[in-house]
Amino acid sequence: MAQTPKIAVAMTVNGQDVSARLEARTLLVQYLREGLRLTGTHVGCDTSQCGACVVHVDGKAVKSCTILASQCEGAQVVTIEGLAHGDKLHPMQEAFREHHGLQCGFCTPGMIMTAVDMAQRLGTPDEHTIREELEGNICRCTGYHNIVKAIDAGCHEMAKGQHRQAAE
Amino acid sequence: MYAFTYLRPGSVRGASKALATKENAKLLAGGQTLLPTMKQRLASPDHIVDLSQIDDLKNIEQKGRRIVIGAMATHASVASSALVRDNIPALAALAGGIGDPAVRHRGTIGGSVANNDPAADYPAAVLALGATIHTNKRKLAADEFFAGLFTTALEEDEVITKIAFPMPSRAAYQKFRNPASRYALVGVFVAKRGRDIRVTVTGAGSNGVFRWSEAEAALSKRFSVKSLEGLSISASGLNGDIHASPEYRAHLIAVMTARAVAAA
Amino acid sequence: MTKTGIGASVKRKEDQRFITGSGQYTDDVSRPGHVHAYFLRSPHAHAVIRRLDIAAAKAAPGVLGVFTGDDLAADKIGGLICGWMIHSKDGSAMKAGAHPALAQGKVRYVGDHVAVVIAETLAEARDGAEKIIVDYEVLPAVIDTAGAQAAKTQLHDVAPRNTVFEWAIGDKAATEAAFGAAHHVTKIDLVNNRLVPNAMEPRAAIGEYDPGQGAYTLWTTSQNPHVARLVLSAFIGIAPENKLRVIAPDVGGGFGSKIFIYAEETVAVWASKKVGRPVKWVSDRTEAFLSDAHGRDHVTHAELAMDAKGKILALRVKTIANLGAYLSTFSSSVPTYLYATLLSGQYDIPAIYAEVDAVYTNTAPVDAYRGAGRPEATFVVERIIETAARQMGLDPADLRKRNFVRKFPHQTPVIMMYDAGDYRASLDKAMEIADVKGFGKRKREAARRGRLRGLGYSTYIEACGIAPSQAVGSLGAGVGLWESAEVRVNPTGSVEVLTGSHAHGQGHETTFAQLVSERLGVPMESINIVHGDTDKVQFGMGTYGSRSGAVGMSAIVKALDKVEAKAKKVAAHLLEAAEADIDFKDGKFTVKGTDKSVAFADVALNAYVAHKFPTSEIEPGLKEGAFYDPTNFTFPAGCHICEVEIDPETGVTEIANYTAVDDFGVLINPMIVEGQVHGGIAQGIGQALTEGAVYDASGQLLTASYMDYCMPRADNLPSFKLGFTETRCPSNPLGIKGCGEAGAIAAPAAVMNAMTDALGTEAVAMPATPQAVWKVAQSQQKLAAAE
Repeated sequence: MAQTPKIAVAMTVNGQDVSARLEARTLLVQYLREGLRLTGTHVGCDTSQCGACVVHVDGKAVKSCTILASQCEGAQVVTIEGLAHGDKLHPMQEAFREHHGLQCGFCTPGMIMTAVDMAQRLGTPDEHTIREELEGNICRCTGYHNIVKAIDAGCHEMAKGQHRQAAE
Repeated sequence: MYAFTYLRPGSVRGASKALATKENAKLLAGGQTLLPTMKQRLASPDHIVDLSQIDDLKNIEQKGRRIVIGAMATHASVASSALVRDNIPALAALAGGIGDPAVRHRGTIGGSVANNDPAADYPAAVLALGATIHTNKRKLAADEFFAGLFTTALEEDEVITKIAFPMPSRAAYQKFRNPASRYALVGVFVAKRGRDIRVTVTGAGSNGVFRWSEAEAALSKRFSVKSLEGLSISASGLNGDIHASPEYRAHLIAVMTARAVAAA
Repeated sequence: MTKTGIGASVKRKEDQRFITGSGQYTDDVSRPGHVHAYFLRSPHAHAVIRRLDIAAAKAAPGVLGVFTGDDLAADKIGGLICGWMIHSKDGSAMKAGAHPALAQGKVRYVGDHVAVVIAETLAEARDGAEKIIVDYEVLPAVIDTAGAQAAKTQLHDVAPRNTVFEWAIGDKAATEAAFGAAHHVTKIDLVNNRLVPNAMEPRAAIGEYDPGQGAYTLWTTSQNPHVARLVLSAFIGIAPENKLRVIAPDVGGGFGSKIFIYAEETVAVWASKKVGRPVKWVSDRTEAFLSDAHGRDHVTHAELAMDAKGKILALRVKTIANLGAYLSTFSSSVPTYLYATLLSGQYDIPAIYAEVDAVYTNTAPVDAYRGAGRPEATFVVERIIETAARQMGLDPADLRKRNFVRKFPHQTPVIMMYDAGDYRASLDKAMEIADVKGFGKRKREAARRGRLRGLGYSTYIEACGIAPSQAVGSLGAGVGLWESAEVRVNPTGSVEVLTGSHAHGQGHETTFAQLVSERLGVPMESINIVHGDTDKVQFGMGTYGSRSGAVGMSAIVKALDKVEAKAKKVAAHLLEAAEADIDFKDGKFTVKGTDKSVAFADVALNAYVAHKFPTSEIEPGLKEGAFYDPTNFTFPAGCHICEVEIDPETGVTEIANYTAVDDFGVLINPMIVEGQVHGGIAQGIGQALTEGAVYDASGQLLTASYMDYCMPRADNLPSFKLGFTETRCPSNPLGIKGCGEAGAIAAPAAVMNAMTDALGTEAVAMPATPQAVWKVAQSQQKLAAAE
């Protein structure tokens, strides 16, 4: 068999311009984890259902296991590693810690990225909506109880932050 | 995933040409069905033709009494489009209930319709609303488009460009989800447009989306839940699996139809 | 209580790395030049391998090696073992069929390991595996649990009638006599559905061989890395223990499934020497469904004898337990000593007799899954008592109260000696939180909306803090179940605690540090909990069976006692006082009745500097180790109340209310304990309503991905109402009982008692999916119409 053809891919990940020559079949999650060693994004299933791999591409939550790296040409990608500002955690990260919204931590990066996206789209959704919005994120440890609490609190914190920014 | 060659044409024409000339080429729209299938090595295209760089495929616009949605419009953009929400709220709600938020950010209407998965939601809307499928070659009526499981009237090098939905006076979609996959176990779209009443069923038919003509006839007399009383659909020809027997699906079709009419 | 001491809901120390994506799970570990393993698995449930041709695969691009069972045998690599011997009623030893890590001539379940391909990339390994030619002679498959013993096909030559053992416990004659005198007998048939554990992190392993040292390192997703090393070394024969290091880094959930020693890590570590490169294997989700050890899978008939006043006279139980195609590491203990010993529930039952037949089938091996035997026991006891109450026209709560054990210690007829509890207190509190009084009104209101509402109890008990070594040894365990700890105080007063417990979500880095902080007066940030590495921690038994608090922390207490004792000696010299006059409190040593004191950190420094005490009497340094062996099991217990609402038109069930009141003894960190309860409840609700592994008659797993295996999602569950009662556990120094499994143990019975209440029939099986519920609702409606 001939060498599998590689293609050039360039994108911005967590504010850094990155580029590589990759096999076309490389998924975004593979590039993030193996190519860039950003191992905070996890893979928990093969059928695009568990959500452990959720990252933001051009500001929207997507499953990085169901998108080719080459489809992200020129895109702005943010992973869990890019959410905090230096030592200052993102309010959603803080909320997960404050409300014990994680146990083993494996689904957590995807949960947090989904939650941030949720807040950006919906502001401060009610409990019912939060639960529905989590359809694509599976957690086996927490029974979701504290994840729902954390997201509720995180959404409110993010909304306050926007008020503050708007006021400034 | 098997290895393949990746192509990213800048125009529909280029995409069509790639389909025509490249061996075993497949279009990649949102990829939310194709990529998982390829990951499981259940599909092995030699060439992948990515449509994402063709900008004019993403528009959503109003043309007279029609809402025209570009093939590459994502489920999220359809669900949040003011045009769609104001004029065909049932379609916006359907799009907002496909998969999960991350899937809705990538999955597209064109991809869903072209794939014609028997458990997909969009085919029910396209057929119920009597939509027209525009391709790079022609316009196809919904009734002649869907041709059975994962099969459509599309030719090898044909690319869906947009789908035009006439505005109904009343419409609603009710979905009973597969508890595990969350795909439609049974989805029923009910639409009333003038005297034209359509009831379409997805998720249940062993041959893909279909119209339930008895329910349409009953609702044509009077568009009300009462008209459906006592009406049932035969289980023969319906899918059966561990989640739902054909009989259960038949029952759910009647229940979801009544609920859709009530919601319309 | 201090802000970080025992009883405080301290935020978790480990969260910083998890919420920033800096955790280090096995798949996150990258070794220089590592290559990838892919296992070719059997597509058949039962087949003879007539020919296995690997030549083309070996020649495929990127492939470094292809290995089969013959290669393992040539290197004298032994098969996988089951570490708990069970004897049948007739005294014969259990029939353990050979369990090679790679098949030798035969495959026995879909997913069984045929060969491994090692290649530069995973895709190349997978491509290579597709080039292996296997000629299978497909044999009939044995799938059905209840039918396995009568099947014409036999899986293992050593096991006639596919029977692993026919075991019994209790007093048969006394039980028969009690049934003879019964006023009422309730009979019930139950299936405890097979579950797939589904930790979100799939199993993974990296094996690496260092030719210079002649030593292996294995990174693996393990709940008990020392046990893994022991088994891989002493039984499987990879390398002597001193030449094998096992590291279980961050582990993304276990729920039992990562206790066991599997084929994949065995092969990965062995193959690393064969190919001269580190070998990484990561399970995908479908592989996990096929080859992780499953849980439960019992078929049970039970009978309860009652007197006229509703006092239980006796219980007899016959269970067939499906152990799958091979005996997994602790599989034999689950349907025996972890199950039937709990059949007395919270009740004073004079006589119990239980028989358990364990069978082989052509399905994935079955072993411990969260609760392990105790959910099955609770399901039997709580379903039958609820049924008995309904049949006798008694209130199910009253019937329970009449039969609760009230005096402690209480010896049950099935080994266990309950040491402390107040079952009435947790039932009363749960009834209050759940507003049982208002249920009738809610039921009527639901009926007006066309919904069926039901309420069910589960007053469960479990045996945790596993376990006194001599006791389990006498019952067949191949290991002792103590725990170890080492407390290393650094010269500047910071502390490292090395523990044999292993955290995979439980928050040990926080709770264990809380204990140390309270005892030594050292701030939380100065305490590190070290676990999961056999080169750092000398030995340990790992985490399962809700044992890390009761056993793991007790070992730390013992080590802390020694540290304190030694530090007092040093302090006595520093303070020029008699050792007996030294008090230690809040991080300060003081001389009784004076204001003379010295801080813990100063004592630590002096212990290392060793200038101020005679080293002929006191050794320098401040580091102590301890092994703690429990004196009894612990007995967490409580009452869960579930309220469901069913839409009979679709069969959809909503958990309308879920209340849990648990007695776990002393709580170290209530926030973490509540989290454990939430997760357990979710898994229990999952078992009751959504989850079930389904094999078809040919042995294909129909639920091999999240497309078909229904994991509970956020929208399947409500927020839970929790409460606690406390009776201190008398058998360990902290009074802890354990909390990790309670939810999964209690919930299935609570949910199904509510479902059967709502539907008006006991004939509702787990999982009560919409389809199943709809069918029951249909037949109930037909019955009602016929009447």
